Amino acid sequence: MLELINIKKTFNLGTINEKKALDGVSIKLDEGDFVTIIGGNGAGKSTTLNAVAGVWPTDSGSIIIGGNNITGLPEHRRAKFIGRVFQDPMTGTAATMEIQENLALAARRGNPRGLRWGITKKEREEYHEQLKMLDLGLEDRMSSKVGLLSGGQRQALTLLMATLKKPEILLLDEHTAALDPKTAAKVLELSDKIIAEHNLTAMMVTHNMSDAIKHGNRLIMMNEGRIIYDVKGEEKKKLTVDILLKKFEEVSGKALSNDRMLFSKETD
Amino acid sequence: MNVLTTFLNALPGNVSQGLIWGILAIGVFITYKILDFPDLTVDGSIGTGGAVAVMLITNDCPIWLALLCAFAAGCLAGLVTGLLNTALGIPGILAGILTQLALYSVNLDIMGQSNRPVSVDKYPLVLSSRYAVPAMIKSMLIVAVIIAILYWFFGTEYGFTIRATGCNSNMARAQGISTKKSTVIALILSNGLVGLSGGLLSQYQGFADVNMGRGAIVIGLAAVIIGEVLGSVIFRKRFNFVAKLAFAAIGAIIYFLVLQLVMLLGLSSSNNKLFSAIVVIIFLAVPYLRNSSKTSFKKAAKNAAAVKGDVNNA
Ligand SMILES: Nc1ncnc2c1ncn2[C@@H]1O[C@H](COP(=O)(O)OP(=O)(O)O)[C@@H](O)[C@H]1O
Ligand SMILES: [Mg+2]
Repeated sequence: MLELINIKKTFNLGTINEKKALDGVSIKLDEGDFVTIIGGNGAGKSTTLNAVAGVWPTDSGSIIIGGNNITGLPEHRRAKFIGRVFQDPMTGTAATMEIQENLALAARRGNPRGLRWGITKKEREEYHEQLKMLDLGLEDRMSSKVGLLSGGQRQALTLLMATLKKPEILLLDEHTAALDPKTAAKVLELSDKIIAEHNLTAMMVTHNMSDAIKHGNRLIMMNEGRIIYDVKGEEKKKLTVDILLKKFEEVSGKALSNDRMLFSKETD
Repeated sequence: MNVLTTFLNALPGNVSQGLIWGILAIGVFITYKILDFPDLTVDGSIGTGGAVAVMLITNDCPIWLALLCAFAAGCLAGLVTGLLNTALGIPGILAGILTQLALYSVNLDIMGQSNRPVSVDKYPLVLSSRYAVPAMIKSMLIVAVIIAILYWFFGTEYGFTIRATGCNSNMARAQGISTKKSTVIALILSNGLVGLSGGLLSQYQGFADVNMGRGAIVIGLAAVIIGEVLGSVIFRKRFNFVAKLAFAAIGAIIYFLVLQLVMLLGLSSSNNKLFSAIVVIIFLAVPYLRNSSKTSFKKAAKNAAAVKGDVNNA
């Protein structure tokens, strides 16, 4: 499915802001792997996902998806393999376009586009059915502008868009972080459902350790641009937040002093 | 009374002129509103369209072909700006300014001199200010056809990619859209329309002039903004895409009617650029000022409870 081989990325090379964000990240996902990613602020979690998505070229290493080496493809040309949901609900959708038009754009991800209709009647019916599954009443507002939706609705819609055409890999970057706790839980549940239903391979960054433990079949921890811990299957099921915190101290040699993480530990 | 009758007599002419500039305004709508790209190529590409059309017509080229070439010349201008921006990384505004500047020379080269007449007596022009009513009807038809074509185009997959690019380029790329490509296509289409507008305008006024595009972008913006304000007042939530295109053209008509009116009331024609600038300033400033009057620090200070040591009202 997805394989990263020794990915390195330094931002602003040769300037005072030089920052080694990825320092040799390697990981191989199996089909159907649902990996949760945790780590402190600036650990390189988003950068890892952005490297896969091709937001900018990597410095070295290879990215292989479904047997294709996509390291040299620009963002829009590798989009056909990748579904994405971003942290900011505004990022994933086009606010001035209708709900159904956004879906139609997503349905054509990876297809050559021409002078055929941007959306057909048959599609509208399909989207109606699929929106019903979100259980947010969006199926009755298909011609509303996405800008009128709440953050949670937009994230749910983005999730549907990301998976409308089955992606080889689904990338979720703290996609519930900007939502209120109730909505966040709902969107997370929906993510679980969609991933299971389509047997998707997915990577989900979260700052909530208990979410990271609860979801997925595999967990990785990042620190300073490296993967410092990788656990799956039965071993992952036995994880607790305390074990993770200890693990972090042990491997990184310092306490995980991330406010958001401590906060999420206490509230869950 | 006298002013009114003069105004009414000039009405068909002003409406025609408004409609011809309306085509340019629709082009500006595509870049400014849909693509979210402030394209200043317009000041040059309208002259290119005019120059190409007049040179071809005066060399006995069929009118329709001359207009097609005016459109194509505009497209080329848009392509240049698009490539400057996407392939060479030059910021959008600057890319447009550079193309516009270069086109001044190109337009001179095309015409060989700074002004070229094209007489309706000698050539079968589509429209001319001499025959204002037919000109008005024909330009109305042309605008209607253009709106119909654009309505279709922006409903296609290509059209969708341009709209998505203008709205949210991150989202567009994540959906596999080459935002560079759609930026270039939108600029081509927009400036093609501007070139066509120039081709028609030169026929209407009976000449092409190297300075005919000076300030064109401001007139285009004025038209788009007037149309938008008016359209959203009339249609409110039902202000759909076709209406938006139509109102860009209607905005241009209103612009020329008001211009005519203030000139009848004593504005000298040398001041008409001042007029365009002021119109745009007013239409851009009013919504801003109205918004900031709803919520401002002044108001916040007024609504704040009086506390000892208050610096708000000190
Ligand atoms: N586009 C960028 N330009 C410059 N620096 C960046 C960029 N993206 C990320 N970084 C830096 O790389 C490091 C890792 O960032 P990121 O992957 O976003 O962390 P996180 O694990 O919190 O998601 C941070 O120091 C961040 O400031
Ligand atoms: Mg991040």
